[in-house]
Amino acid sequence: MVAVKSSSKLSRRERTNLSRGLLFISPWLLGLIIFTIYPLIYSIIFSFTRYSGFRRPVWLGMQNYTRLFSDSLFWLSLGNTLYYVLWAVPIGIVVALLLALAMNRDVREVNVYRAILYLPSILPTFALAFIFIVLINPQYGIVNIFFSLFGVPTQNFLSDPLGAKNVIIVLAQLGAGNAALIFLAGLRGIPATLYDAARIDGAGVWRRFYSITLPLLSPIILFNLITALSGGLQIFQQAYIMTNGGPNNGTLFYMLYLYRNAFAYAQLGYACALSLVLFVIGLALAGILFSVAQRFVNYEMVS
Amino acid sequence: MATQVMDKKAVATDEMTRYRRRARLQHVMQTAIPRLFLLIMCLIYAVPFYWMLSTALKSTSELAEFPPALFPRTLHFENFVLAVTKIPFAVYFGNTLLITLLTIIGSVLANLIVAYGFACIEWPGRDKVFYIVLATMFIPFPIAIVPQFDMFARLHWINTILPLVVPHFFAGAFFIFMLRQFLLQIPRELLEAARMDGATELQIMWNVILPLSRPALAAVALFSGISAWNDFMGPLIYLQDDLKRTLAVGLQVFRSTHDIQFNLLMAASLLTVLPLIILFLFSQRFFIKGVTVGSIK
Repeated sequence: MVAVKSSSKLSRRERTNLSRGLLFISPWLLGLIIFTIYPLIYSIIFSFTRYSGFRRPVWLGMQNYTRLFSDSLFWLSLGNTLYYVLWAVPIGIVVALLLALAMNRDVREVNVYRAILYLPSILPTFALAFIFIVLINPQYGIVNIFFSLFGVPTQNFLSDPLGAKNVIIVLAQLGAGNAALIFLAGLRGIPATLYDAARIDGAGVWRRFYSITLPLLSPIILFNLITALSGGLQIFQQAYIMTNGGPNNGTLFYMLYLYRNAFAYAQLGYACALSLVLFVIGLALAGILFSVAQRFVNYEMVS
Repeated sequence: MATQVMDKKAVATDEMTRYRRRARLQHVMQTAIPRLFLLIMCLIYAVPFYWMLSTALKSTSELAEFPPALFPRTLHFENFVLAVTKIPFAVYFGNTLLITLLTIIGSVLANLIVAYGFACIEWPGRDKVFYIVLATMFIPFPIAIVPQFDMFARLHWINTILPLVVPHFFAGAFFIFMLRQFLLQIPRELLEAARMDGATELQIMWNVILPLSRPALAAVALFSGISAWNDFMGPLIYLQDDLKRTLAVGLQVFRSTHDIQFNLLMAASLLTVLPLIILFLFSQRFFIKGVTVGSIK
């Protein structure tokens, strides 16, 4: 299966090591076949069928895919998801980077900030969604009280399609502490001598950030971007809990639509087609990111 | 003459202290903006949790008042009792805990074994296979939802915890990667010495590697446990009977049927996140280390 030298060329010791090694990694190999390769093949085959999970699948050819193009909910859910990704991911990166830059300053009580800022990212999203429901509720919440200090009229953010999406984008920022820690580790890896040299050459704060910090941090920025992108495309829980896709399908995200097709409408074949299209979109977006990154990412400092 | 020297010294020390004071002032000024920013962000991050606590302690009548009070007038701790009796909280809690513990056992065992195979045994083709491990990290989970559901349905595993637990006994790319990085740092001489003594690979893994890799295994246990505790979609798909539900889905069902009992919902949410907060306070360093391991490429 792998490009291994033909076994006749291997010494006896190499052969025993090979069988031992394969034995040790066999749980992963089995898992790869059962939970990744089989589902991938299954999805491809069943995406060409109509299948409810109970009766035998019916071959449809390309019908599921042609149906996608005329399915307005598919386009709407894709648009909602891209809107979410386009706002939540960049904002998340900027917030995390700012937090990391601030924590990287010689602030004595940094451990306290780090703990508080990181804690929400290990808490369950469903609990955070419950809290946000109350927090922004016009009757029970504190957000409207805060806004009323600036003369903003009381409103129900979840009753407006765009407002509901924006609430979910804001909610996602509670998880910024995780990426901030990764950035912080990267910042601490940049040698101080670089900054000293730049300072002697008369480079200001902005110049030092732009010419030293940003290039040297770029591999980590790319890593965080890819992670956030793949998570963002799979946004589901918040919408399922807070708005159930509403109002007016304003938070019908791709995964929610896929979930409904699979488990509410029993259209497993169509759901498979949806999942494959999401897979391709994810690959394409990651590919675009990587090729753009080629121009900017600096791997010199990565050991 | 002598007094002049003294004067000079005094001037010098005076200048020193002045310089030091200026340096300290500069430091304070330079850290003032980051500090202020971090303080504000911490406040913003704390508000949702304060509001959860404050809402959890309000009476139903106080909850109905508008505008809502910033502090509950009297603290209604009985809301917690109400929450755990109105919702089958203990059952949900127990179900979640069982799934979490089994997930931890599976993840730690399987990932240790597989990572040992990738880090401690030299076999031809090993590093090429490891690239496949890394590549699978980028295959998104959605593609597996329908096929796995169909597979588990055929096995009659729906409405059991098996679909949520068994996959973790097959190791996962991220934890393999994380553990392998750690195991590669262990001196090879230890492995060679044990092999010379005639120890089997399993014995080496158990008696030599396991004790040395406790911090890394703790990180695997923490992260796999937390993702099991926090999982929403898995229990939503696979657990349908009310008394088989986990906290995630059980509380969601409660929320959607008792829409306005926000004090009880917040009390139950607090009880759900509390174990995680306590765990975090006691094992912070494992988290901090574990988070950053993924970024080191």
